[in-house]
Amino acid sequence: MPGAIYAEGLVKTFGEVRALDGVDLDVPEGTVLGLLGPNGAGKTTTVRVLTTLLRPDRGSAHVAGIDVLAQPDAVRRAIGLSGQFAAVDEYLTGRENLVMVGRLYQMGGRDAKRRAAELLERFGLADAADRPAKTYSGGMRRRLDLAAALVVSPPVMFMDEPTTGLDPRNRQALWDVIQELVAGGTTLLLTTQYLEEADRLAHDICVVDHGRVIARGTSDQLKARTGGERIEVVVHDPGQLAVAGQVLDAVAKGEGTADPHTRRLTVPVTGGARLLAEVIRELDGRGVEIDDIGLRRPTLDDVFIALTGHAAETGAEPGAAEGDGAGDGGGGGPRTGRRNGPGQGTGDGTGRADGGRSGATTTKEGVR
Amino acid sequence: MSAVGHAGGPAPALGTGRPRGGLARSVRDALVVAQRNLIRMVRIPEVVIFALIQPIMFVVLFTYVFGGSIAVPGAPSGDAQAYREFLMAGIFAQTVTFATAGAGAGIADDMHKGLIDRFRSLPMSRGAVLTGRTLADLVQTALTLVVLAVVALLIGWRSHHNPLSVLAGFGLLLLLGYAFSWIGALIGLSVRTPEAATSGGLIWLFPLTFVSNAFVPVNGMPAFLQHVAEWNPFSATVAGARELFGNTIAGVPRSVTGAWPMEHPVLASALWSVLIIAVFRTLAVRKYRSATA
Repeated sequence: MPGAIYAEGLVKTFGEVRALDGVDLDVPEGTVLGLLGPNGAGKTTTVRVLTTLLRPDRGSAHVAGIDVLAQPDAVRRAIGLSGQFAAVDEYLTGRENLVMVGRLYQMGGRDAKRRAAELLERFGLADAADRPAKTYSGGMRRRLDLAAALVVSPPVMFMDEPTTGLDPRNRQALWDVIQELVAGGTTLLLTTQYLEEADRLAHDICVVDHGRVIARGTSDQLKARTGGERIEVVVHDPGQLAVAGQVLDAVAKGEGTADPHTRRLTVPVTGGARLLAEVIRELDGRGVEIDDIGLRRPTLDDVFIALTGHAAETGAEPGAAEGDGAGDGGGGGPRTGRRNGPGQGTGDGTGRADGGRSGATTTKEGVR
Repeated sequence: MSAVGHAGGPAPALGTGRPRGGLARSVRDALVVAQRNLIRMVRIPEVVIFALIQPIMFVVLFTYVFGGSIAVPGAPSGDAQAYREFLMAGIFAQTVTFATAGAGAGIADDMHKGLIDRFRSLPMSRGAVLTGRTLADLVQTALTLVVLAVVALLIGWRSHHNPLSVLAGFGLLLLLGYAFSWIGALIGLSVRTPEAATSGGLIWLFPLTFVSNAFVPVNGMPAFLQHVAEWNPFSATVAGARELFGNTIAGVPRSVTGAWPMEHPVLASALWSVLIIAVFRTLAVRKYRSATA
């Protein structure tokens, strides 16, 4: 039986650009699919097709069992969409926005008002309910936008980069809301540039690039394909690179790389945090002064390099990464905004996934 | 479907909306959107205020700067009162055409901010977003006309017909304004930014409103322009309103070139407006259905 979201062979071209090049999807009811990929990969186009905003050139799609092309209006009754931009009217209050959306979902006036009040309460917007949305913070607008997508509690939800441009605190808060929603049985298709986000929220992940699904599986399966963890060390004195290299080679599960310019060494490992502690003791024992050390987990960049041989570059999807700069969405490659400079905090090991990764493509040759 | 939203507690299930006929739904949705746009007008009063100041400026400028020099045929030269009465229908008509820019900019802004995507993902009537917008603009245009009429009365404009006829004149003007806001809607959906919609909504209005009978009688124009001016839909509305206000000048032929719309301006104006609505509403709704931000 096809899932709550089912698509076969979706193709869409814009002039010369093949935005979708045969996308197949099958999302079982009540599960979350993360559509992971760089800007311009076709994530947004996929969502636009599935939410009736765009007709594909070829292919078919069913959402909640309804044919998207044949019965778009019936599909619209069964879905909620939360886009990259908080699509709320900034001159209307939070309440007015939700009541308007409710009425356009064909609810009666009283029902729409009651539902708006419930959602405002649930999303922590009750105090701001009667202020124009332009006075809201970025996080509040996103929550209002999400609330608008939930007005009829649709069985199928689409979220297009729901946390792009949010600061870490607001991102966390939005994740909590989404998890709660999914626990309630909603089927969700989520697009993201952040592996961490897909990791956290999605049951299954489809990696898309150039309009194609290039890999699918659980987060663990993808990471396994990507080549697992590695330890990265930045030494203080370039003269100690060789000594540090010996220490790392002893624990490495494959060929590592060294970059004298950044005084950085990287080796693939298995064994996680315990091994990291061991390496730190050993380096300390040999008197190597460390500026930075960390256990790196695969990032979207790594997944991409492993799967496609090229980095997940920022493409040309217009305005897609237009964040407010507070988080790490500010238009760079995936997650570059969180870069830690050398010498900045070494204590958070596993959590700091991508410290100081300038020139990532050149330093990761040995990882594959 | 079995998984009907557990999210958020006792939410209304799918299809709570009573099944509605297409027309009832269209009207209701359009009114919801119109209400939204009217709330915006109240919250951004600058827009309404500037929309008022502009035509008032035109009235004052034309009356006092040009009024003394423009001779209305059949009236003694320098008869400022004759020109004032002649001018007002033209200024009123030009004012209503500015609804074009408002509608265009508003819709382009909605596209830009992703609101059109939201609306298009909702199970609402396809034309309602545009109809709601144009209806809200009609309200603003009516308000502008009321204020402008008061200013016109203060500087000496007088109607020589009964109030019903005067109201019919304003009705004709509003119908033209409504028709032009559909042109604006199409422009708004076709350009990339609200700024482009504003300027794109305005530039073509200048030749349209000046190559007409609005500010000067057409007899002074070259023969070629006379034809253009007398077939200009805008001229038909000006002539129609002038006739209904009783501001025509005795002894001056209605038409120089014998153009049909000038011989039957009220009917011609109504027909032009209905035709513009039919064409541009169709085009705009079609564009809306495939709109991408």
